[in-house]
Amino acid sequence: MSKWASRDVISMIDFDREELEELFELALRMEKYAHSRLSLLEDKILAVAFFEPSTRTRLSFETAMLRLGGKVIGFSGEEATSIAKGESFADTIRMLDVYADAIVVRHYLEGAAKYAAEIADNPVINAGDGSQNHPTQAMLDLYTIWRELGRVDDITVGVLGDLKYARTIRSLIEGLSKFRVRKIYLISPPALKPRKELLDILERAGIRYEYTERLQDVIQDLDVLYVVRIQRERLPDPVEYERIRGSYRVTIDVLRRAKDSLIVLHPLPRVDELPYEIDQTKHARYFRQAAYGVPVRMALLTLIFDRADKVP
Amino acid sequence: MSSKPSEDQLLIRKIRDGIVIDHIPASKALTVLRLLKITGKEGLRVALVMNVESRKIGVKDIIKIEGRELSRDELSIIALVAPTATINIIRDYRVVSKFKVEVPDSIEGALRCLNTRCITNKPNEPIRTKFVTISRNPLIIKCHYCGTYYTEEDIEKML
Repeated sequence: MSKWASRDVISMIDFDREELEELFELALRMEKYAHSRLSLLEDKILAVAFFEPSTRTRLSFETAMLRLGGKVIGFSGEEATSIAKGESFADTIRMLDVYADAIVVRHYLEGAAKYAAEIADNPVINAGDGSQNHPTQAMLDLYTIWRELGRVDDITVGVLGDLKYARTIRSLIEGLSKFRVRKIYLISPPALKPRKELLDILERAGIRYEYTERLQDVIQDLDVLYVVRIQRERLPDPVEYERIRGSYRVTIDVLRRAKDSLIVLHPLPRVDELPYEIDQTKHARYFRQAAYGVPVRMALLTLIFDRADKVP
Repeated sequence: MSSKPSEDQLLIRKIRDGIVIDHIPASKALTVLRLLKITGKEGLRVALVMNVESRKIGVKDIIKIEGRELSRDELSIIALVAPTATINIIRDYRVVSKFKVEVPDSIEGALRCLNTRCITNKPNEPIRTKFVTISRNPLIIKCHYCGTYYTEEDIEKML
């Protein structure tokens, strides 16, 4: 039995390199089924509980489950559910645990998925909790790097944007810490500098890192540039936001100094930190990255339901 | 009244059964009581001395609680606010056990998380807080649910 069988997926911290590589290998095999069908999970029901809106994550989980022949139940937003009547999160999870074979949870509160996993007997998959974790996003981010560059080791990564609140950043850094990354540049405005909790992950993993406010100073060193949105509501002052948003845009001009092989990733949705003109460059990989969400989640579900040996 | 009582006896008499928490850093006694969730309403006989001389730590506070023995686990969280504290367990006026407090590996239920976006702060949710000790010196504890780090100066706000 694989170590993945019946596992909760709460944080990237819980997975080691070997397990992630097992996931990548299977995701690669799943790519050819991402537009057809595999009858692996016909007896399974996946509950998709989104207490906070999402497009990509929810739809790619649903697509993955349907491509594998499984069924999906669930909701998006609290209005249409008994939560609006005052039902506790714990009771909602208990109910879903009775109906389904695994639960995918997104919640606006941090630690919600961990709490759900303590309540449910069936596996719980964290699809984002507050600004804490988003492990399946990190899995597909790492898969994109592995797939596009052929390795996750010996690369220099720049992460740009809101490093204080973006959950994708935290999970990505946790994931990168499992590999022998050469260096990580943390690039953000001072108000959105990474928290101690994030730096601690890097320090414990012994990864070299450097904080800078200016992308243009480090662009030439990067193999991967990972961009996240700066949310207006995160900054105390709207004037500050207007000032900052311009300096944290990736422009054609900045990319001129980049390595030919640089890949630019973004978890999407984007606002204007990645102008449309970047889409046409050889560096853009974010749409491919989003597309990898389906085979990676197909692989993840297959591993959790312990059916990897049934993949043709 | 034959001999002159010592200064300490003037302040509090000996207790028969219970605990003495000694060597509390000066002015922290009330915080220790809050941490132990002792409010006075329990009806326990509690004596509290603040700012008395100590050979070991200069100036100290002392708490005596009569009629209740707390477990070592319950008492260990005192180390969060009073790392120098020593515990004396008293039975029939005699010290039967004496130990220094040490921050436990995990702290359940005693503190609340200050992150308003943490699941443990959701109203009407049957959830108990839990913190994991990352480092004892300097003190760093982490919320088991939301992952937020806290240091010594945050503890009083978390009570």
